[in-house]
Amino acid sequence: MAFWIASSPHNHNHTKTPNLMRLVIYATLPGVLAQWYFFGWGNLIHIGLAMATALVCEFTVLSLRKKPISHELFDGSALLTALLIGICLPALAPWWISVIGTMFAIVIVKQLYGGLGHNPFNPAMAGYVMLLVSFPLQMTIWQPPLSLVAVDLNFANTLTTILTGFTVEGYSVEQVRTSIDGFTMATPLDTLKTNTGLGLTVFESIKNPIFGDNFALGWEWVNAGFLVGGLFLIAKKAIAWQTPLSFLLSLFICSFISYSLNPDSSASTMFHWFSGATMLGAFFILTDPVTGATSNKGRIIVGLLAGLLVYLIRTAGGYPDGVAFAILLCNMSAPLIDQYTRPRTYGHLKGDK
Amino acid sequence: MSNEIAPQNSNETKPTNSSDEQEIAAAAVQAELIKSELKAEYKELAIQGLWKNNPGLVQLLGLCPLLAVTSTVTNALGLGLATLLVLICSNATVSAIRHWVPKEIRIPIFVLIIAAFVTCVQLLMNAFTYGIYQSLGIFLPLIVTNCAIIGRAEAYASKNPVKQSAFDGLMMGLGFAIILLLLGVIREILGQGTLFDGANLLFGEWASVLRVEVMQLDNQFLLAILPPGAFIAMGILIALKNAIDSHIKNKKVVDTEQVIERVRVNFDS
Repeated sequence: MAFWIASSPHNHNHTKTPNLMRLVIYATLPGVLAQWYFFGWGNLIHIGLAMATALVCEFTVLSLRKKPISHELFDGSALLTALLIGICLPALAPWWISVIGTMFAIVIVKQLYGGLGHNPFNPAMAGYVMLLVSFPLQMTIWQPPLSLVAVDLNFANTLTTILTGFTVEGYSVEQVRTSIDGFTMATPLDTLKTNTGLGLTVFESIKNPIFGDNFALGWEWVNAGFLVGGLFLIAKKAIAWQTPLSFLLSLFICSFISYSLNPDSSASTMFHWFSGATMLGAFFILTDPVTGATSNKGRIIVGLLAGLLVYLIRTAGGYPDGVAFAILLCNMSAPLIDQYTRPRTYGHLKGDK
Repeated sequence: MSNEIAPQNSNETKPTNSSDEQEIAAAAVQAELIKSELKAEYKELAIQGLWKNNPGLVQLLGLCPLLAVTSTVTNALGLGLATLLVLICSNATVSAIRHWVPKEIRIPIFVLIIAAFVTCVQLLMNAFTYGIYQSLGIFLPLIVTNCAIIGRAEAYASKNPVKQSAFDGLMMGLGFAIILLLLGVIREILGQGTLFDGANLLFGEWASVLRVEVMQLDNQFLLAILPPGAFIAMGILIALKNAIDSHIKNKKVVDTEQVIERVRVNFDS
């Protein structure tokens, strides 16, 4: 009796795409729950809308391309893209924002380039940036945390606001966003940027109620939720630890330098970590296996570059948050970084010898 | 010798009439041939300019104005007409002087001719359609650098007679203008939901009735109006053209296969 001898590798990784995608979707739960607790139903409604759109678009394009539909439709990648878009959107944005964004992400950014595994850009972020560039008005109507909103934003109110622009009682989005003092409230990042532009110091501007007791009311807990989810993913070995670590480290170093040089006009390091989309970008988007770098050294370089870019866009750019733009720029440079950080092949010397 | 001459003479005297007739007939046949050849050439030129070798979709020449000014139909039409006019005139002129142009300095001469016509068009538009002249801006004088025009002058007009060259210019210009228009239609509908917005700038006051409101948009879809939208729409148009081409090709293959089968059946029986 002869043994069948198989060649290496003998140790197989049985993770399949649907399992991995499901794991990532589960890992966003703490962050999404925090978002629901502090900002209400808006993002959950947008996630639902985006997921429905994503499935319809994916089905249409796959049948046009004559691909195996049942296999690729439910591999979870389209649902994950939709989920990320839904998380990123302002909670009270009109319904067509998430529909158009998801359509663009699935049809143009993902499928036109050849589907899963062939897209050079992260579909969720490209869709988000498209929306931000095309509809600046709708994409900046950020809703303040529920505790600061005078109108009771329950499920019905949020749903009608998203669908028609008015709550059941007839308050417009602008009225919902206006605080009791009559000021329109923006995100902490946005407020800080405007205030430092007006010549106020950081210490003066963080007295605004939207900053809360710590760094940014509500946002800090959303970010903490995504941090927990991300650590869970690293523990499960679903994502590499190099990218988020180097990204957060780079952002920390940049903000630390400016804070120690000029504490009056630059926000603290922890403010940069726990506001905006920092943690979501670090653990869920920058680690995308398709669009990120593939070698360990490359991942570290991409993370460092992304952290620097996020810091530069937040402090010197025109937009309050720069995670989406930074990630798209890193996606663009990832192939080149991979080219220069090729690991040595086993049995060969350095430099292709 | 005389023996040889005599039969020639007899030959000459007798069949002169018939040879004349033959010559006339041959000339007629040749004229017919030339006519049909010309017809075929014109047809070929039209197909090349409008579809097979379309400057916008296939040669991808002159992309800069193509992508920059097609945010509305009116702008696209304005630039399309200007390019068409310049292309016809420059092709005709280049072809008319092709025997006197030294090969070594032909490119500067072509550029000068094109620049002259562009200046004419620019002055005309400045005089009669000032609004469109302003909204086209730098892209009107930049027609000089449109590679489609110098490409046609070099590739076709400098080797062919005036009539064909002018016709070639017309067809290439039409092909370019049609793509400009298509892009303008797509981007204007998606971007601001209208068609022929500001047509009065190009055609005069009466044309303001041409404005059609296709969709009521509360706010503009900026991506369609900004240059990235032009790139995406252009890519989709090119993909559509290639899809139609490959569809036709597949159909043709099936047809010829059927013909061959029938012939074989006949041979066997």
